[in-house]
This record gives sequence, structure tokens and C-alpha cells, in this order.
Amino acid sequence: MSYYNFLLEPISCHAWNKDRTQIAICPNNHEVHIYKKEGGDKWLKIHELKEHNGQVTGIDWAPESNRIVTCGTDRNAYVWTLKGNVWRPTLVLLRINRAARCVKWSPKENKFAVGSGSRLISICYFEQENDWWVCKHIKKPIRSTVLSLDWHPNNVLLAAGSCDFKCRIFSTYIKEVEEKPSPTPWGSKMPFGELMFESSGTDGWVHSICFSGSGGRVAWVSHDSTVAVATGSKNTVISSLRSETLPLLGITFITENSLVAAGHDCYPMLYVYDEGKSTVTFGGKLDIPKQNAQRGMTARERFQNLDKKASSETDKATLESVHKNSISQISILEGDKSKCSKFCTTGMDGGMTIWDVKTLASSMKDLKII
Amino acid sequence: MAKNTLSSRFRKVDIDEYDENKFVDEQEEAAEQQGPDEAEVDSLIRQYPLREQERAQGIVLKVLTSFRSSEIEQAVKSLDKNSVDLLMKYIYKGFEKPSDNSSAILLQWHEKAFAVGGLGSIVRVLTARKTV
Repeated sequence: MSYYNFLLEPISCHAWNKDRTQIAICPNNHEVHIYKKEGGDKWLKIHELKEHNGQVTGIDWAPESNRIVTCGTDRNAYVWTLKGNVWRPTLVLLRINRAARCVKWSPKENKFAVGSGSRLISICYFEQENDWWVCKHIKKPIRSTVLSLDWHPNNVLLAAGSCDFKCRIFSTYIKEVEEKPSPTPWGSKMPFGELMFESSGTDGWVHSICFSGSGGRVAWVSHDSTVAVATGSKNTVISSLRSETLPLLGITFITENSLVAAGHDCYPMLYVYDEGKSTVTFGGKLDIPKQNAQRGMTARERFQNLDKKASSETDKATLESVHKNSISQISILEGDKSKCSKFCTTGMDGGMTIWDVKTLASSMKDLKII
Repeated sequence: MAKNTLSSRFRKVDIDEYDENKFVDEQEEAAEQQGPDEAEVDSLIRQYPLREQERAQGIVLKVLTSFRSSEIEQAVKSLDKNSVDLLMKYIYKGFEKPSDNSSAILLQWHEKAFAVGGLGSIVRVLTARKTV
């Protein structure tokens, strides 16, 4: 596990390139900075992408076509292509009148989806005749800001988590760019904008959502400190866990049954899904705290604690976790959602940590990643 | 709670007025001027289950205050996850209207319920759409 602190401000969002040698981050302003790994633990800034007029809220880097898409609070999205040694932006008209919040390339990289505060999702694809990115809207029945998006491996289904407390799966089938998709556990008829699944039962904004590697399951975390997983079928059953932690902000599958989530508690945690019993259980905390020398408290400190906080416990003024502030995003670094070996977290402390699944599993005795 | 000290004047701005694509209709619809019908509003308010909620809160508060301090922990341990969340909701509702001795006993209930439910149960009190 390695921690690198990029800056003192929160990292709004990040994205990795294909071979994981470069990372694009938004340092809480209108720009996107690309850093390159310089051997060992050093990162060198090699590009600054300046085009947005508002904070950049989402970045996604397409691994095969090496294009970056960014979206921001200025209601715009740009697709960046590398020409020589310079990243050139192309504006995409999203036709929204509120900020864009999240953006994701589809698995085949011929479309991308943008979630916005306009209560809709813009699905954008490239039209060859006009040499222009065109977008289509999915509006019904979204009632509030779309906070998170994730694509199904079949390039057509899109999961969206929004502030109206629901997780939904839509079809984004566009006949100009793709073939008709074959039936999936989520349904067989998939015209554009069709609602394949809508969740119920959670009470908080859905911060993050993730399809499993096969696409048969979807997991989401919401602001009422719950983690929920649903398996697609004729009668989809939603299993959820009300956790004792603060709300989680990011979640990803690392195997078909295991999830890693992180949020305001500043450390990632493991959750295990059992489809047969329809349960989600807490698997363990994934942070290895540094072994500080346990110095005993002096009598004076004890009295001070008792006076100030009415408690005689050891003072926990500093966080023991690697990240010193909430973790806002988790991304898979090595492997994929069905078998991940490394994942990366960025947070509001401006730091980025790379976690090794094998090391975590071996250092925590009760950790079972199935 | 922490007070937001930054200016929130931006919330009073109607951003759709400044949208360059906004279409302004020449003919205003004058027929939309009538306010809500008084009788209808009155009857709707009476139907709403506010009174039932208040009675339930009163009963729960009585039950909670009648417990002895030593019994609280065991009672909390016997509850399942959903019930702990529900208990937290009633505890915070009880905090809102403090009476003579209620706060002290409620604080003890809060401490025991927090030990079982954790910060998540408090977050669920804040985000719950169905209040008790």
C-alpha cells in the first residue's frame, strides 16, 4: 500500500490511463492535471488541461482509444485527444442547464454518459458525417441530480444513482452505433431510455454505483449509511446492509462476491455479498494503521481529558487511517471487477493511495475475499 | 451544529432567468392567479396523521423514562438492527422537546444505542424520509 500526497486541496476526481503510468486528476479547480510516474514514488506533472470554466466534476480515460472525457459545473463536457504531445479538446454540447456531475466511457468507447443536475443523463456518441459529438437525453423518471454512473459490459445498459434516493438501470441502445443487444438478466427488450430496474428502500442520495464484472449484479451506496446489492432476474431481490459507519462515497466490485467501499470514515472496507442468503455482510476494515509507540497518558492528561470531554480514554485526536480526510473515489488499478489485485483511492486530503489486495488479505486474518 | 458562514445569497438567484436559451412567452396566463381553496387545505391538514404521531411519541417517551439505568443496556441488546434505528429516531425526537427529567435518561439511552448502532444509526435518523 502506498500513499502519495498530490496537493493540499481535495482531489475532485481522477482517472488512470491504460498502462497505469499516468493519472489525470482535478485539483479542485477548473483544470485537469496529468501526472506521470517517475520511478519509485515520484510523480511529475506533464500536462495541464485548461478549457473548463467551472470545477471539473468527472474525468474518464478510455484505455483503448486513449481519449479523455471531462465534465464540469460549466455544463460542458470535452473530449480530449492526444495530438503529438498536446491534448486537444473537442466541445460536446450536452444541452443541459445545470452542472454536469459524472462522466463514464462505455466499455467499447463509442459512447459516453454524463449525469447532471438537470435531472437527466446525456448519452453522447460520435456522428461521422458531421464530425461532431451528438447527445441524446434520458429524462424519465429521474427526479433529481444524477450523482453516479456505471456501464454494463454489454455496452448498452447503464446504471445511474441519483439524489432522488433511487438506483436505476437504463438501456442506452443507439442503433447508429451498435447492434441490438442480446437478452440479459435485467430484461430483453431494450429500446433507448427503457427503465430496466429501479430500486426502492433506501433513504439517502445514491453516491456511487457499480456493476459486477459479469453485469449480473449491481451494488450501490447511499447517504443513509447503507450498502445494497441487487442481482438481476425476473424478480430482482435487493439485499442491503445498514452499516454502523459514516456514509460511503465510492464502491467497486473486486470479485463477483466481494465489494470494497470507502467514504467519510477515511478508510476502505470490505463487504461480502451472498446471493443465496440475500445478505450483505461487513468483511473488515482494510486499513493498516501504523503501529505507534503506545505511550501511557500522564495523570495530568487524564484529568484534562476528563474535564474537556468527560472521557478517560486514550486521546484519538489524529486519524489512524492512511487518508486524513474522506475518500471520494475508488478505481480499479490492476485486474478487473471480477478479479482485482490492486485498487486506488483518492480523497479530500489531496492524497492518492494504492492498495494491494493480496497484501491486505494476508495481513488481516479474518479477511475473506471470495 | 456548525454554522455555514459563507454567503448563501447565491441560493436566492433564479438561475433559469439568466439562461440564454430561455423562451419568454408574450401572453401571460392571467387565469392562474387564484390561491388555494381554504376549506380544502383545512380538511387536508386534519386528515394528516400528525396527532397519531404525537401520541406515539408520548407513549414511547413514557416507556423510555420508566426504565432503570441498569436495564437499558440489556434492552438495547435485545433489539435488532431496524429497531435500533427506530429507537434512535425516538431518542432524538425526545431530545427535541425536553421535559423535566427526560434529557438525562435519554442521554443514557443514546449512549447505549450508539454503542450498538454506531454513527450509521445517527446518520439514518438525519436522512430518514419517514419521521416518527
